[in-house]
Amino acid sequence: MGKTIDLTKKDHEISHYKNIWVFVEQTDGVAHSVSFELLSKARELAKQLDCQVGAVSIGRSVSHLAEEVFRFGADKFYIVEDEIFKDYRTEPFRDALSKLVIRYKPEIFLIGATTQGRDLSGSVATELRTGLTADTTKQEIDPETGMLMMTRPTFGGSLMATIVCPKDRPQMSTVRPGVFKAIPVELPKEGEIIRGKTNLTEALIVKKILKKVVSSEGNINLGFYDVIVAGGKGMGNKDNFNMIKELAELLGGAWAGSRKAVELGYAPQSRQVGQTGQTVHPKLYIACGISGAIQHLVGMQTSDVIISVNTDQNAPVFDVSTYCIVEDAIKFVPRLIAELKEQKLTPVKNEQ
Amino acid sequence: MHALVFIKQVPDASQVRVNYETGTLIREGVPAILNPFEAHAVEEAVKLREKHGGKVTVLTMGPPQATEALKECLSRGADKAYLLSDRVFAGSDTLATSYALFEGAKKIIEMEGEVDLFFAGKQAIDGDTAQTGPGIATRFDIPLVTYLIKLDDVNFEKKRAVATRLTEFGQETLQVPLPAFFTVEESLNELSHSPLPWLIKAAQSKIERLSSENVNLDREQCGLRHSPTKVKKAFTPEKRQRGETLTGSVEEMVQKTSDILIPFLKKDL
Ligand SMILES: Cc1cc2nc3c(=O)[nH]c(=O)nc-3n(C[C@H](O)[C@H](O)[C@H](O)COP(=O)(O)OP(=O)(O)OC[C@H]3O[C@@H](n4cnc5c(N)ncnc54)[C@H](O)[C@@H]3O)c2cc1C
Ligand SMILES: Nc1ncnc2c1ncn2[C@@H]1O[C@H](COP(=O)(O)O)[C@@H](O)[C@H]1O
Repeated sequence: MGKTIDLTKKDHEISHYKNIWVFVEQTDGVAHSVSFELLSKARELAKQLDCQVGAVSIGRSVSHLAEEVFRFGADKFYIVEDEIFKDYRTEPFRDALSKLVIRYKPEIFLIGATTQGRDLSGSVATELRTGLTADTTKQEIDPETGMLMMTRPTFGGSLMATIVCPKDRPQMSTVRPGVFKAIPVELPKEGEIIRGKTNLTEALIVKKILKKVVSSEGNINLGFYDVIVAGGKGMGNKDNFNMIKELAELLGGAWAGSRKAVELGYAPQSRQVGQTGQTVHPKLYIACGISGAIQHLVGMQTSDVIISVNTDQNAPVFDVSTYCIVEDAIKFVPRLIAELKEQKLTPVKNEQ
Repeated sequence: MHALVFIKQVPDASQVRVNYETGTLIREGVPAILNPFEAHAVEEAVKLREKHGGKVTVLTMGPPQATEALKECLSRGADKAYLLSDRVFAGSDTLATSYALFEGAKKIIEMEGEVDLFFAGKQAIDGDTAQTGPGIATRFDIPLVTYLIKLDDVNFEKKRAVATRLTEFGQETLQVPLPAFFTVEESLNELSHSPLPWLIKAAQSKIERLSSENVNLDREQCGLRHSPTKVKKAFTPEKRQRGETLTGSVEEMVQKTSDILIPFLKKDL
């Protein structure tokens, strides 16, 4: 067992590192929206540092993403295309990406804090023996040192920490989807496409994908949604929980549950929000019949707008809610559904 | 079969309070618990041992108090527990942590024999970084399977396993050769109650100590000084305030709520 990349090839002189890179995550040729959010942010940072923005993508076929990538502000698009990258697998992606970094020496490298991004970033940062700040919500350049200041929540959001990576490059960081806005540039330029090669072959990759299941029911990444409607024990029974699903669907969002809702079988564990479930930060979170125990709050209190429906006016969930509705959810939710249907309102589609 | 589980003791994040005056965490009186994901990692490893024979070893890097979390793992059926504790590790970030655990694991392999399956939690609830597992796997250069929700068909003759993990869009099932590294989700299994003999055995077992004295460590890669990331400042986020309480009849509140929802919706013409 040994290391995969010859680190002696890595340049340790940090002044040789320049430009900001963004990893363009894609699945079957479709880019993840977080990639464009990060490109927009990178452009803003690049202005301060007076440097370029590089987008980097790996896949079976990714060159068609160039137009979009340039539209969101990349100056260069580094790609490695090969059949072996058809599906994401940690090791070949890690090795290909690490080699590009060693070769082109970006100063900053941003990756989406998605399932794939987290898997990949931890591996690449270790491979490169550099620092990685996970799940950041704010990125700034320190005007004095030119270093990237990365701010992230810790302890389930009770504390924020600003982290720097002074002596190692690139300064790596993952950012949650939805934190930054994707803004196309006004006058997009035709950027340059730089193609990398891989000397990996399928025979050298020991991990094989046997089956892929795309599901919305079973296992779901709630972090992907702008709107989440969650129900708790207060929904009373599994049948009533259907109204949570219906409201979520009407709003083009995902449905979720508290741990008690999961324990009572109203929702699967994969849809649990909270300390031991998923952490979400949608634009809108609607909590119905959820008391707001701290273990639940840590998973959702950074949502932009929170609407809560609870019969108990002192329920702790109201302490973090933008709008508090002291009412029986089983009465309120169906009427709200009826009202929305009557108004023929449909969800606003994501721009991408 | 030899499984090695990396476990971490964490402050119960739910009981950590913030002092808004000083902008610091109030940790006093906050119970330390076994990171919830690791209970499931141990459970899975113990299930494998019950089926195939062999042993389950657990390892943590932390202060001496972390023995409590190791003992919990023993009572959940682990056979042997190692505490890697040394002043040189103080203030380690994830890169330095994965280095220490990598060296600790190599020492365990030397003493206890080759490891077939490495397990860690998907993430620790205090830092939530989810990097340590990928870090150790990269250092060993063995296949990594994150977000594990199902492990079946572990074949020790053919030295391979079939594993199912969560992805952004659903699930995927992978075949990996052993040794491999898994980071686990809670939905991987249901925790079972420990039979009395395990509890008794756990109470009697002793925790093995590892430190810079018996583990081969490069001090240049350990602790705060050699961690690439540094905390520049810590502060409390703005506390969310209770917002507007809607008033009136149910109908009026429904009306008001639908107005609030308009920005998220568009009229279907
Ligand atoms: C280590 C640990 C980890 C945990 N992790 C999580 C986690 O990840 N996620 C999580 O959610 N919990 C978690 N919990 C559990 C948490 O402490 C709470 O028990 C749980 O969140 C409560 O769920 P609930 O709000 O649905 O139920 P309850 O606390 O029972 O609240 C039900 C609420 O519904 C209201 N209500 C009742 N009837 C109605 C009605 N008709 N209309 C409107 N409102 C009504 C009640 O007033 C009450 O406020 C964890 C606990 C521990 C110890
Ligand atoms: N100090 C440690 N000792 C042992 N295992 C650890 C330690 N830190 C992290 N881990 C393991 O790595 C997982 C992910 O941790 P983190 O990267 O901190 O989110 C945890 O769930 C543990 O299994």
